[in-house]
Amino acid sequence: MDVLKKVPVREQEPKVRATNFEEVCYGYNGEEAVCEAFRCIKCKNPQCVKGCPVGINIPGFIEKVQEGDIAAAYQIISESSALPAICGRVCPQETQCEGKCIRGIKGDPISIGKLERYVADWAKENHVLPKKAEKMNGKKVAVIGSGPAGLTCAGDLAKLGYEVTIFEALHEPGGVLTYGIPEFRLPKSAVVQQEIDNVKSLGVKIECNVVIGKSMTIDQLFEEGFEAVFIGSGAGLPKFMGIPGENANGVFSANEYLTRNNLMKAFDETYDTPISAGKKVAVVGGGNVAMDAARTALRLGAETYIVYRRGEEEIPARAEEVHHAKEEGVIFKLLTNPTEVLVDDKGWVSGLRCVEMELGEPDASGRRRPVVKEGSEFTLEVDTVIMALGTSPNPLISSTTEGLETNKWKCIIAEESNGQTTKEGVYAGGDAVTGAATVILAMEAGKAGARGIHEYLSNR
Amino acid sequence: MYKILQAEMLTDVTALMVVEAPRVAKYCNPGQFVIVKLDEKGERIPLTICDYDREAGTVTIVFQAVGASTKKMLELHSGDAFQDFVGPLGCASELIDKPIEELKRMKILFVAGGVGAAPVYPQVKWMKEHGVDVDVIVGARTKELVILEDQMREVAGNLIITTDDGSYGRSGMVTKVIEDLYAEGRKYDICVCIGPVIMMKFTCLLTKKLGLPTIVSMNPIMVDGTGMCGACRLTVGDQIKFACVDGPEFDGHLVNFDEAMKRQQMYKTQEGRAMLKLAEGDTHHGGCGHCGE
Repeated sequence: MDVLKKVPVREQEPKVRATNFEEVCYGYNGEEAVCEAFRCIKCKNPQCVKGCPVGINIPGFIEKVQEGDIAAAYQIISESSALPAICGRVCPQETQCEGKCIRGIKGDPISIGKLERYVADWAKENHVLPKKAEKMNGKKVAVIGSGPAGLTCAGDLAKLGYEVTIFEALHEPGGVLTYGIPEFRLPKSAVVQQEIDNVKSLGVKIECNVVIGKSMTIDQLFEEGFEAVFIGSGAGLPKFMGIPGENANGVFSANEYLTRNNLMKAFDETYDTPISAGKKVAVVGGGNVAMDAARTALRLGAETYIVYRRGEEEIPARAEEVHHAKEEGVIFKLLTNPTEVLVDDKGWVSGLRCVEMELGEPDASGRRRPVVKEGSEFTLEVDTVIMALGTSPNPLISSTTEGLETNKWKCIIAEESNGQTTKEGVYAGGDAVTGAATVILAMEAGKAGARGIHEYLSNR
Repeated sequence: MYKILQAEMLTDVTALMVVEAPRVAKYCNPGQFVIVKLDEKGERIPLTICDYDREAGTVTIVFQAVGASTKKMLELHSGDAFQDFVGPLGCASELIDKPIEELKRMKILFVAGGVGAAPVYPQVKWMKEHGVDVDVIVGARTKELVILEDQMREVAGNLIITTDDGSYGRSGMVTKVIEDLYAEGRKYDICVCIGPVIMMKFTCLLTKKLGLPTIVSMNPIMVDGTGMCGACRLTVGDQIKFACVDGPEFDGHLVNFDEAMKRQQMYKTQEGRAMLKLAEGDTHHGGCGHCGE
């Protein structure tokens, strides 16, 4: 075996998986995992840990995998992460742990994500649960939102003995893990539900169908006896381009398209919620959400395009998602920007007018700014357009909570180290604070919020 | 689960249900809506609140069977339950924020079309409870489709019923009644009009001519109802608004009703397919003109 190469992971054939919603990647089996684990050289000064937003003791858990003690490996990961089966699947490892791996300088880095996933899946199959608090302290904390930030914060606080209730606006918990990331990338019942059950096993209560900011306010939560509140309500507000024709039938936000499919299971005919899947679909954007929407449309039978105004190098999605999308047959129209949605007389999309772009000088984000190429206008023949341009925080909570300040992007202002907001007893983290980011960064913020709340309630 | 305490058919396709939902009942106000979901596989259905009882912890909803989920909901009885019932969502009617003395000085006209009588009712009731007398026009296609007449009569200062076919009350559409009232010398300061989009459109065309400010309540296609999906977007003046969080009530003279009507047609084919499947079960194998087989 070539020690410079990682143990390849088995995947569903691209042609087959392009027609189903089952998970793309099969993950390692025991033998493969141990084999991959032995590539780790157990650095004295492990860079991978520095690359992990929640600071998992990576060489520590990998050593346990080498020894074949997967239960011990799971407990090591659980000390830092409440959702390992999810992170092993959706973290951008190439820019985090694996990006820092010494092995990666010459050859492939260790497949840390795949090993993490293996350990978490093993724990699930063998019913190993995270360690519960020995004694509850009788203090009540409310967590708003059951996405990665909320689940992590709730899990950490429960481990410290707090009585935690999560309030979720939708009818199922999980936030973006449930409504946003598709089944083929993150299986709902096998993985997401399982991780949620683990958090519940720590004593956390989840109350669905409560929209804080509408059903009740944060001040009313304090009146009901909660002593601290963590806001992990995410960034749910979709952006549109503001181009002509955008309200035509057949133009969707990626949020709508994905929610119909993931949360409401429109792909399954036995569910009542319909989806206008489209025969030729253009997805506008280059992030993970754009890839998810494109690969969903593809699986629903559409010829699918990614329309992105910058180039290949600038695509912000995880490398693996772009690679998978291409393998499955998504057509990439890079350096292309829509200017108008063409509409037929019945109000439906009949095409997408676009211009070609070229890259100019770097802009504020450090990426080269795309500029329009003269005379390059053309029409993409599509019947459906999905806007995946990013999301911003929902103002429902900030607009109904006195003393809770936001910045000009409507993001809640909170200390990075402990999640403290401008309102006493209220902490926040995740996309609600940073704007749309990743699952793991939301988890990091959830952990910080739990630390902040623990400190606050311990000193009262 | 959210228990149904009372279920009553108002017409062949319209039902009224009183549902146990203490959190919603505690905090809701006229003009707001809830989202109900029958069971695991059901759609999320937005429904404007028809009535509420804070002490009993109940919320009353009225709905018409238009798709697969609402048709199944029609079969529910007292003692059954909804799996999900979330709210209150959206903004409350702006009128209830006005000082009572000002409301008492105003001449207010409520216009309800068809099932629109349900969302109009809690607003009129609120007015009555605060000592404000208002005029109410309830319009329907025909006598059998007039709903909540007794309840409305109890709370309206002056109730006028009209049917398109003249089978009950006055004869003609609500716009004709408004014209007649103005011809009789009546004048109003504000109109609240709730009903089918086409009815709101024509009412607004008329009230614009009459210089009568008009508030409408929009009920477009929605998924989450919390501002997340944008399915419910409308053009109001030169702005894009989400009915779920910015509304559901808007200045009727600024709403682009034609676009709203087109957007409402979006899932008509799919709904038709689901309805047929529901009606015919496994025996349906194409030929309906909807399923492309």
